[in-house]
Formats: sequence, C-alpha cells, structure tokens
Amino acid sequence: MEHVLLRHRDIPNLKKLEVYREHGGYEGLKKALSMTPAEVIEIVKASNLRGRGGAGFGTGVKWSFIPKNAPETYVLINTDESEMGTFKDRELTENNPHQIIEGALIAAYAIGCHKVFNYMRGEFMDAAYAFEEALQECREAGILGDNILGSGFSCEMYTHFGAGAYICGEETALIESLAGNLGQPWSKPPFPAIEGLYKKPTVVNNTETLANVPMILINGPDWYKSMGTPQSPGPKIVCISGHVERPGNYEVHMGVTYRELLEMAGGIRGGKKFKALFPSGGSGPIVVDDALGAPLTYEGLTPFDSVMGSASLVFLDEDTDMVWATLKVIEFFRHESCGKCTPCREGTFWLDRVVQRIYDGRGTEADIRLLQSIAGGMKGKCLCALGEFSISPILSSIVHFLPEYKAKVAAAKGGKVAQPAAAAAVR
Amino acid sequence: MLREKYGKEIDALLARFPEKKSAVLHLMHLAQNEYGHMSDEAIREVAEICEIDPTHVLGLAGFYTLYYEEPVGKYVLEVCNDLACALRGSEEFVEMASRKLDIPVDGTTNDGMFTLKTVMCLGACDRAPMLQCNLKFYENLDEAKFDNMIAMLRMKAEQGDDEPSVVERIFSYMK
Amino acid sequence: MSDQKSDMISLTIDGKEVSVPKGTLVIEAAKSIETDIPVFCYHPKLESIGACRLCMVEIGLPVIDRATGEKVLEADGSVKLNFGKGQVTSCTTVATEGMVVRTLTDGVKKTRADMLEFLLTSHPLDCPVCDKGGECPLQDLTMVYGHDVSRMDFRDKIRLDKRVPLGELIVLDKERCIQCARCIRFQDEVVDDPVIQFHMRGRRLEIVTFSDPGFDSYWSGNTTDICPVGALTTTDFRFGARPWELNPVASICTHCPVGCNITMDTRREAASGGRRVIKRISPRQNEAVNEIWICDKGRFVHHHADASDRLTQPLVRRDGRLEPVSWDDALDFVAQKLQQHKDAVAGIAGGRLSNEDYFEFQRLFREGLGSGNIDLVERRLAGGDVVAQVGITRGSNLLDLKKGDAVLVAATNLHEEAPVWWLRVKQAAERGATVVVLNAVETRLDKHATHVIRYEPGTGLKAVADLLTYARVDTGAANDLATAAAALMNAENLVAFYGAEGLTYQETDTLARMLANLLLLKQGEGDAAVAHAGRVNSGLIPVWSSGNMQGAWDLGIHPAYGPGYRVLAEPGLGAADIYAGAADGSLKALFVVGADPVGDGLMVDRGKLAFLVVQELFMSETAALADVVLPAQSWAEREGTFTSGERRVQRYFPAIPVMGEARPDWQILAQIGERVGLAKPPFAEGLVFKELAKAVTPYKDMTYQTLACVEPQWPVIGSPDYYYGGTAHRNSQGLGQQWASAAETSVPAPYDLPVELEPAETGGFRVMRIPALYTDGMLIDHTELLDERIAPPTLFLSPADAEALAVADGDELDVVAGDETFEVGAVVSESATPGVGLLRGVPGRRPMGVIPATVSVRAPAEMVVVVAD
Ligand SMILES: Cc1cc2nc3c(=O)[nH]c(=O)nc-3n(C[C@H](O)[C@H](O)[C@H](O)COP(=O)(O)O)c2cc1C
Ligand code: SF4
Ligand code: FES
Repeated sequence: MEHVLLRHRDIPNLKKLEVYREHGGYEGLKKALSMTPAEVIEIVKASNLRGRGGAGFGTGVKWSFIPKNAPETYVLINTDESEMGTFKDRELTENNPHQIIEGALIAAYAIGCHKVFNYMRGEFMDAAYAFEEALQECREAGILGDNILGSGFSCEMYTHFGAGAYICGEETALIESLAGNLGQPWSKPPFPAIEGLYKKPTVVNNTETLANVPMILINGPDWYKSMGTPQSPGPKIVCISGHVERPGNYEVHMGVTYRELLEMAGGIRGGKKFKALFPSGGSGPIVVDDALGAPLTYEGLTPFDSVMGSASLVFLDEDTDMVWATLKVIEFFRHESCGKCTPCREGTFWLDRVVQRIYDGRGTEADIRLLQSIAGGMKGKCLCALGEFSISPILSSIVHFLPEYKAKVAAAKGGKVAQPAAAAAVR
Repeated sequence: MLREKYGKEIDALLARFPEKKSAVLHLMHLAQNEYGHMSDEAIREVAEICEIDPTHVLGLAGFYTLYYEEPVGKYVLEVCNDLACALRGSEEFVEMASRKLDIPVDGTTNDGMFTLKTVMCLGACDRAPMLQCNLKFYENLDEAKFDNMIAMLRMKAEQGDDEPSVVERIFSYMK
Repeated sequence: MSDQKSDMISLTIDGKEVSVPKGTLVIEAAKSIETDIPVFCYHPKLESIGACRLCMVEIGLPVIDRATGEKVLEADGSVKLNFGKGQVTSCTTVATEGMVVRTLTDGVKKTRADMLEFLLTSHPLDCPVCDKGGECPLQDLTMVYGHDVSRMDFRDKIRLDKRVPLGELIVLDKERCIQCARCIRFQDEVVDDPVIQFHMRGRRLEIVTFSDPGFDSYWSGNTTDICPVGALTTTDFRFGARPWELNPVASICTHCPVGCNITMDTRREAASGGRRVIKRISPRQNEAVNEIWICDKGRFVHHHADASDRLTQPLVRRDGRLEPVSWDDALDFVAQKLQQHKDAVAGIAGGRLSNEDYFEFQRLFREGLGSGNIDLVERRLAGGDVVAQVGITRGSNLLDLKKGDAVLVAATNLHEEAPVWWLRVKQAAERGATVVVLNAVETRLDKHATHVIRYEPGTGLKAVADLLTYARVDTGAANDLATAAAALMNAENLVAFYGAEGLTYQETDTLARMLANLLLLKQGEGDAAVAHAGRVNSGLIPVWSSGNMQGAWDLGIHPAYGPGYRVLAEPGLGAADIYAGAADGSLKALFVVGADPVGDGLMVDRGKLAFLVVQELFMSETAALADVVLPAQSWAEREGTFTSGERRVQRYFPAIPVMGEARPDWQILAQIGERVGLAKPPFAEGLVFKELAKAVTPYKDMTYQTLACVEPQWPVIGSPDYYYGGTAHRNSQGLGQQWASAAETSVPAPYDLPVELEPAETGGFRVMRIPALYTDGMLIDHTELLDERIAPPTLFLSPADAEALAVADGDELDVVAGDETFEVGAVVSESATPGVGLLRGVPGRRPMGVIPATVSVRAPAEMVVVVAD
C-alpha cells in the first residue's frame, strides 16, 4: 500500500524540503492560500477528518469554533506523545516533518494564526532537531515567516519542549505548560477555542491529524473519504507493540480489523496464543479475543466497552500475568497524575496500593471489590480524562480476568506469596 | 553564567514567545545541561531570565520528571520500564544494567559517571529494550550493545569529546 | 438602571427559583439562597479551579428545539431538561437561564462521600492535636457527608513531614494538606507574591517556597485563614489553643491608616497566671475596608499588649527615682504641676490614641488649662484640613473602582505604608482602573500602574504642579504627565492617595492642596461640568503614618484647629516650637501621651523642662526622663473608636483584662481635667463619644450604637460555613461610619497654591527616607517573631555616589542629615538615583524632605582582647 502519512517509507530523504517539494510538498498549502480561510475549513470539514490524538473530534469543526477575526490566535501541534505504547508522532516528526509543518500552516491560515508552536515531549530531542531543521529550510525558502509563498499570509513556527509529563498531552495542560506553568489541566469551559494560550483562541491538534491535512487539500475530501469508513475515514497510523513478532507503526485505512493488524505485525511472538489487547495504550479498556474481529474505527470497539483512542495496540500473550499488567499500567497513571483533582490524585494512588497488595499476595477478595468501588468513585468525577483513563485497565481486567485476581488472593490465603514485585522499581 | 555563555541564544529564545515565562522549560533544560542538575543557582538564574519567582521554577523542577533536583552522574541512563517495554524484556534489562554498573536503580556509580533510572514510556515501545541517555535514545538493546554503549561513553568522557547537547544543537538555529 | 432586568437570569436550585446577575457561578447562586454546597478549593475571592470536586451537582438545561428556538416541553407541559452525562462542578459553572440544579440527590451525596473518603485516605486524622480541629471544613464536612469507616489500609498511607517551616512565620504540615491550592492562588492572584508553589505531582504534590526568608510576603498569615485544613499554621498560634476555647472580640488594627477590621481571639492562659491573653488576630470582614485580609504586621504585632514589661502603676520621681504611687497621688500631683505651669504648658500626643482620648486630651488643655499648645508628636504629613474638604466621599468603596475610574498615588509607597490599600489599588488596576503612580523612587505599585511618573527627588511638587496644569488645559502635549493627567481627568471616579515620601511637612501641605484642586477641577462642558470631589468613589486619602492620625486631626490635636476643624483664633504652639521651648526653657511643663519624642529623636532629653509627665504603655526613653509616668491601657484592654484615612469611624472592644492598674488614656486625662476644674469624667467611652459627637460636627450623626451597625455583606463568610470563606470572622460588631467631606454638600473653592515653588536643594549628596513596613519600633519590638523581618537600617546609594563618598557595599555608616545621625549599613545599588541616598528602616518620626547629608564609614569595632590573669 502506498503511504499517505508514513510516506518517508516510500520516498527516501523526504525530510529534505527539496525532496518533499518534488513529491507535491506544499502544494496543499498553496492551494489553501488561494482560498478563503472559511473555504479551507469547509474542505477539512467535508473530509470528516477526525482528531488522531484520541478523542476523534472533527478537525474542521474544531477550527470553525475559533471566533472570526480574533486578533491573536494560536495553533499548537501536540507532539507530546506520552501514552504508553504510542510512537507514531515521533516517526512522523523525525522523518516527514514537512508534512506536519504544511498541515499546521494550513490550520494557521484557516484560523488566522501567526504563531504556531509544536509542543514536543522533552525526550524527543532528535525529533525536535529534525523538526527545527525543517523549519529552518522553510524559512529560507519563504514558506515560513513573512508573506509566505508571496500570499501575504505570515506565520512563524517554533518547537517547544516539554520535560517529562504525560499530562501535558492533554490540551489544556499543554497550554499551561507552554505558558510556563505546571502542566495541570483546567476545567472546561473555557474551551481553548475561546480562551487558550495566553487566553487567546487556540487550536490544539495532534501531529498525525495535521499530517493528514495537506493531502486532503491536494486530493480533495472525496479522495480522503474513499479510505476508511464513512464515520472514520482516512488513513491511520497504528502503533503495535508488546508480544508480537514485528512491533512498529503500521499505516492502514481505518476499518481494518484488529485481527488483521495482529497478523500484519506477524502474530503473537514465538507462536504463542493471544490473550489480551490494550487497544489504546494504557488508557483504553482491555479487550480479549472476541473483539479482534472488530474494525479499527472510532466506534469499532464500542460493543466491547472499549475505544480506539490513539490506536496504540499493546498485545499480550497467553503467559502474561494480567494482575501484573494492570499493576504496570496503574503505576503509570499514579506516576503521571498531575495531582490537581482529588479523585485522580488520591484514586490512582490508592488503586496502585491495592493492586500491588493483590499482586504481592497480600490481598483479599474484598480488595477486588474495593478496586471496583474506588474506580466507581472516580468515574465521571475527574477533572480531565487522565483520571478516567486510569480506571479502565482496572475495571476491564477484573471483568475479563477475575479468576486471575481470585487466584492471587486465594494463594495469599494459603500463605503462599506470589512472585516478587517485579515492577517495584518504577516509582 | 547562562546569560554570559548563551546571551544571544537566550534572547532569540525569549523572542519566540509573547511571554518570557514560556521559555522557562527550555531554559531549565539548558541550565540543567550546564549545572548537571537544578541546583539553587540554576533555579535562581532561570527565574531571573524569565522574570518569575524562583519558587515557581522550583515547582516546575519538581513537576517535570526530566529535571533532576539532586546531583546525578555524568550520564543518566533512563530505561523505559513501562508495560510495553516490560513485555519485551525491559525489566530483565534493568536488572542486568544494575548488575553491570554495580548500582541499584536510582544509584550513581562511584566515579560519578552513570546514574541508572527507570522511567515511564518514552515512545519507542517497538524498539524495546531501550533507554535514553542524556536525552539521546538507544534502542533495541541487549547486553552486548549495553556493554558497548557504556564503553563508548566512558571513552568519550575520557577524551572530553562530548557531543553537543541537544539544547545547544537547537540553539544553533537561533542566531 | 433600566436594563437591570436583562442583566439577571433565573434558575432553579433544589426546587427554589432564584434570580442572579448574569455571570454568577452556580455555587454563588446557591449560596445566595442559603443552599450550602460544600467546597474546598473554591473560594469566593479566588479564581475557580474546579480541583477538589466536592462541589459537584447535577445540572439540567432546558432542551431547545433547534428549528424554533423554543424550549421543548414534556408531556406534562413542564420544560424538558437535559441532565447531560453526569455531575459538574458548581464552582466553575456559570448559571444560565432556565437551569435546574440539584444538590441533594443520592448521586451528589455519593460524590461528596467519595471525595471526602479520597481526601482522608492520605490525611493523618490527627484532629485531636490539630490547630484547625473545631473549625476544620474537612472534619465538619466529613461529619455531615463522609463515610463512617476508612477503607484505606493504614499501612498504605504515606507519611510526610509534619513540621515544615515555610519561614519563621508559617509552618506547613504536609500530611494535612489537601492540595486545594488556595494558598498558592492567594499568594499569586491576590497579593502577587508567588513565593509558594506546588512541587512534585500526583499524590506527592506538596507546597514549597524558595524565597529568602521563607514565604517572603507581607500577607502570609492570610493563607492560614483560607487553608481549609490545619496544613498551614502561624508559628504564633500553632498549638496555642483549640478554636472552641477562644473568645473572639472585635477590634481595629492600629498600625496604619487603613483601619482593618480584626478579631482578637483570646483565652485564659495558665502560663499567664490564668489571665486572658490574645492568642491570635485574624481578619474580620469589612468589604469596604479590608475585605477579609490583613497584613502580617497587623496579625503578629500584638504581643506588646500582653508584654511583661508593660507599665502597671503610676510612678512619680522621688529623689531622682521613679517610685510607685497611688493614682490619686499621681493625678493630684500632675494636676497641680500643670496648673502651676499653666502659662508655659504643652501637650504632645501620638498617632495611635482613640478619638475619645484625643477629645479628652484637647479638652484638658484647651478648657482645663487654657492652653492651645497641643500637637501630634510628629509633623510628617499635613492636610487633614484638606481631607475634611475633599476627602473620599462617604459610601465609597475601593472595591468598586473599575475600568473607567482612576487612582492617583503620590509620594507614598502603599505596599510599605498601608498594605491593604496597596492591595485594593492593585486590584482596582486589575479590574481596569487607571492607576498613576507619582514618586521619586520605585514602588511596588509601579508594576500594576498604567502610568509611572518618576521625578527627581526633591521635585515632587513641581511634577504635581505640571500634572495639574495639564489637567486644567489640554495642551495636546504627548508626554507621560500629559497623558496621565488626561486619563485622570477623563475618569469617571478619581481617588487620590498622598503621602510624605521625600517631602517636608510644608510640602505635603501643598501637595494635599494641589490634589484637592485636581479633584475640584470640573470635567465636561458648561453647566453640566462637575468635579470629582464629592462624588461617591472619588476623593482624597491621606496615608498617615499612624493608625488614628485622622482622628487626631478630626479631634483638633493641632495648634491651629479645634475639634471638627474649627479654626482657632489664636493658634498655640506646634510640635517643633514645643520641642524648641523645652530645650530653651521657655516651656515649663510638657505632657506626652502615647508618644516617645526623645526616643524618636525629636527632642534631645528633657531640655530645661521643669515638669515632664508621660502617659504610656512602656518605659519609653521619654518616660524614663519624666517626673511622672502614668500607665495607660493598650487598645486591647478597653474600648474606643479610631478613624481611618477614609474617614471611617470604627469601634473596638475590650479583649483582655487590664494590666495592673493601667487606665484608659481618656480617663486619666479626664481625671486630671476634673482636678483642674473640668466636669466629672464620664463613666464610659460611649459617653465620651456622645460628648465628642456633639462637639465635632462631622461626627454628629454617630453614636456607639450606629457605629456597631452591620449590613449583610457579600460574599457571605465566617462560621459556621468556614469551608467557604475561611476562618476570617463575620462582622457582627460594626462596619463603622464615614463622615461627610465638605465637598459632598457644596463644592469648595479651589485652594490658592504657591505661585513659585521653593527650588529643590540640589548639589552635594542628599538623602531621603523611604518606608518599610517592618521598621524597628516600640510595638514591633515586642513581637520577637518578626525580628528577622525588620528592615535593617540601610542607606541605598548609587555606585557613583559610593565611589565619591568612598563607601563600599556593606560598610557600616554614620549618616548625618540635618541634626540627626543614622547608623546604617550601605547597599550600593544600580537602581539608586545618583546624588540621592535612600534611608530605609531607620526608626524615628522626623519629618524630612530631601536633605543634604554627610556620610562617614564607621571603623569596625575594635577587637577586645581579654587576657586571662
Ligand atoms: C491525559 C491525556 C493525554 C493526552 N496525550 C495526548 C498526546 O500525547 N498527544 C495528542 O495528540 N493528544 C493527546 N491527548 C488528547 C488531547 O487532549 C487533544 O484531544 C488532542 O491533542 C486534540 O487533537 P486532535 O483533535 O487532533 O486529536 C491527551 C489527552 C489526555 C486526557
Ligand atoms: S496548604 Fe492548605 S490551602 Fe494550601 S493547598 Fe494545602 S490544604 Fe490547600
Ligand atoms: S471543585 Fe468546586 S469547590 Fe473544589
């Protein structure tokens, strides 16, 4: 299949401006600049491009929320990519940065923004380097700065570093962080489209989302909708990791099944059997084999009480201790909770302690119910989605793997202590 | 000290943002690069450049995990030990590294060369085991590669030919 | 207001319909009908953050038919409601028309129970030893909404440091903190001292400070009031008492002219022999004065009242020593001596006495002794008479100043001299008011000002004169002064503060008149033209150097004015003449009340006085030289009234028992009065006030009863719902009363101003004094806690001056200015004005403009070598 996003895999040296332009680069921008901003937004709306950051919100619709003629607006590229099992934006940024820049410039033009920041997680220094290099090429070629491509539209773009905080991927936390504050999200409203960075209207888009945009402008919404399903059109990069033969990024058209994706990745490693799938890094509820036939779309996992999210597939084989896996994930959330709201700060901490206790062989049956009850107390009460994410591995693993929990607490009763806490080091 | 050394770059950096405070995380990366960790002096300097209260910088140093509040070794080996990496052997890898360096996790070698840490997902789960060392990724690691890496880093340290830090590399565009 | 209706919306809360202004938060709307929604992070004076999640409620919105724009109805005809997906935080949700709020459903109650359980999982539950126990929202809300048992395994609790000093004033208990960020937000948003911040994240979130000294802010104590748990406590009160043992008494702070309403919490104390003592001072709500805040000086400088070195008995000098005598003997003696020297007698009073004291003081002199020689101890700031004409109008509230209004702040550093005014002006600026700061040196308000006009030290009056000229005629000039003048003139309301920084007493008088003229300038055209003076939320505010100087002026503690600014036919001697008379012997007897002219360097010992009587709290330097020393009661032991710089007369009440035989100042004065032929002293303060109100026209409508009146205030704070506003006290003892300035009834004529201003002294090295909140003095001395915060006596000078004077940074200097010598440390600073050194933290009350000075470096103290024999 020819790539729409991971085009560097087909075209060597695509990260060089010259090569990128030889392959149609910045034609989408040119086209956009020849239209009115409203027309650009209409095209993106018509394509039904939905956010690839996880929530799947209509990109064109999001842009249209920006008040018209606002004197100062911002486009922020979200390259915080810190969800466990997610590594698509990094590959894109390192290898195909111009497509992101082009998409971001089109977004900027559409909402009348003159300064774009790419919020990059602090660990992505190599990606940042590639991105800055691409920006510099653009400045020299008149694609960035004043009077872009002679259109009269001016815009600058800079990289901004995070410094190790998953929560900064959440859009309001990202904005806070970019303003130099603790990366703690705020309670919406106000929505960033009305009051964002420096209290100005702001669009936050995922890196991959923006990489779709130039192609939509060049080839049109119909072309775009010819891929994927009507409600989830277009290509999607799927990050596959865990117990598979060939982990990595796979660009597919939405609608492929999870089973097909597992096959693409060479199946479960070492010929073992599939046991469970984290379909959206740590933040989506775990699914088991009955869900493998579901299509990868925003709605595909709804019958299985789960979500596509950012499409970060972590496959687990038959030997995996599910209590251990759950512990790993709740440790992640406990570590990443920003601490602002009560249920998330206290809940992730408490859940972690209880899962640890069960895993260590000190738990009781009541502890399993306690986990469900704590999670129930958090549900729908957290300030941002992180807290809501954190309960999904707990609740779903209990649903699917209750016997494993029971075995752990039964062993505890028998005085037998299970394996040592392998993950205790991560604090 | 930062101002003296990077005056021009800092000005260029500040010019990128409508508010000086926005440059604070960048400057903290730079300060840490310079001082090794977020020492009181580093905190004060960054605060002064951004015209914010040093207490705020201290708060940021605590919030963001890439900043070290205590002295660390010259090279900080941060092994990703999140679920996706753990499924591909990161836990064993940490044990091995700890044994080889003869330090516990969070420990620093006696010669002050290496600190070993475990961290949450670094966005390279397909290339586990992996680690970052001073913000550079080393991927698809095994014992032999690790040995190599350590030897190479030691050699570099001896020869004093450190690669320019990434912050410096980014700065090179800000003239 | 015709369009008021459209500014209101209606909603239903638990079945009750309520109308609130647009933009009101659901939580506030509920509060307005006494529906309590519990909160932790929300505070009515802070921006909402929606963090604690305790205030979640169910909210339904009317379903609107997209096509018709009409509300969709249910089958039964009621409006169809959409309750969304779940609960929302009422502290971040703005009430909208037709909204239906449910705060009592099982779901809401479960949320409260769950959030409380979460908070308690990490809480130490050390209520039995916690300072907040008894007034703790966490404790109380848990009783109402919480679970009965904890499901958290106690072994899983995290243990954190329980005694972390954030400096010497505030202690943090990390285990008790519930991360509501009220303290951090207060320091950042309200007082702009962001010296505390969260550190780490998640469950490890904790408060830190990096400042030196720790928690470096004049406002730190307020965080202990709004902290909803016992995480922040003052070292002054920590483990001092349980809240329910405290007896709250309404009072007024005496440290500056703002007149903050406070409460003294008292308790009997074994350590004090069972005496009732002040355990803490906290704010008492008065939205027109201090809202619910006070500065740390007001909070901590109370220890002088309970101090063990207080004077407790009348003393008379016998054989060169001050010996205890009975009151009758002392009073008889004083009366006899004063009468004996009737023709050459004078009185000096301090700025912290009550109105009743001043009234009796001037009555004793004017009526009893027939002498008009009375004055305030210091003559630093003039213009009380001007304030009587154009002072800020009754009913004004700085809280009402907003976009379109203006504040002029001239020759004063509000942050140091009257912190709460600084806060209120800063907030006015944040609401959009134009703030113009005029000063010779940088002040903390500059940052929030729209215009900062910096003049050469010594040329302040010239700057104001120019401002006035620009305000009079629009010259079209495009300089700072002209734009500032235009902004002031065009403002809807105009408030002008003035002080004495870098000015002589005479100059402050001119300054007050100039500002009065500014306020009297008419805006607009022809007949419609009106002046700012007399308008609500406009007028002049003097930044007096003591708490009740306004009262002293009102009551006629002035050689030229009687009570109520009655101009005297024959002025008496003023302070300077009195001190000179004492020195040259032309004055025979001097009565000093509540002042220490010797200690303040205004008077060099007792000169040639034949008789000196001092009425005081402590054995001051002046008292030590006296023939008679009369022990007075502190304000904490008695009642009375003070008048703030905004001319608000406010009552305070007795909080602690009398120290020894001390008597209230007014009573002593009246008892002496009786002995020199005046009527019998009134029985109580209230009666003195009654007489006073008769004599002092502006006070004519006031009685102790009217001063004690209260009206409902918004936000509603105070017990028992202290989770809402903190432990600041609800005001039930009186909001005070402002008296009317002359301009409120008729527009006074502008003042004649000097045509030529005295040229500023130039050339040579000059010094001027700049204020510091914590400057060494008799009262602050008794609060050891603040020792480290007291501004060290310092001379700031420019590098050029330092070089010319051969002074190095850190040198110990003797600065001789006029006839005073200041011992100070040198700080060489780039920001100091060349040619003018700034004296900070020097005690004393000498008026001073910008005057020539000589500087000499003090030789380091010689090493004393002790040789053992
Ligand atoms: C805890 C949390 C972490 C998130 N991390 C990311 C991230 O790393 N990258 C990202 O693009 N979106 C992330 N999001 C989603 C963003 O909040 C936001 O929805 C997204 O950037 C919008 O872009 P899109 O509409 O293009 O998807 C995260 C959300 C939450 C709640
Ligand atoms: S110390 Fe008190 S006010 Fe500050 S965050 Fe903690 S609980 Fe809230
Ligand atoms: S979330 Fe509303 S009071 Fe805390």
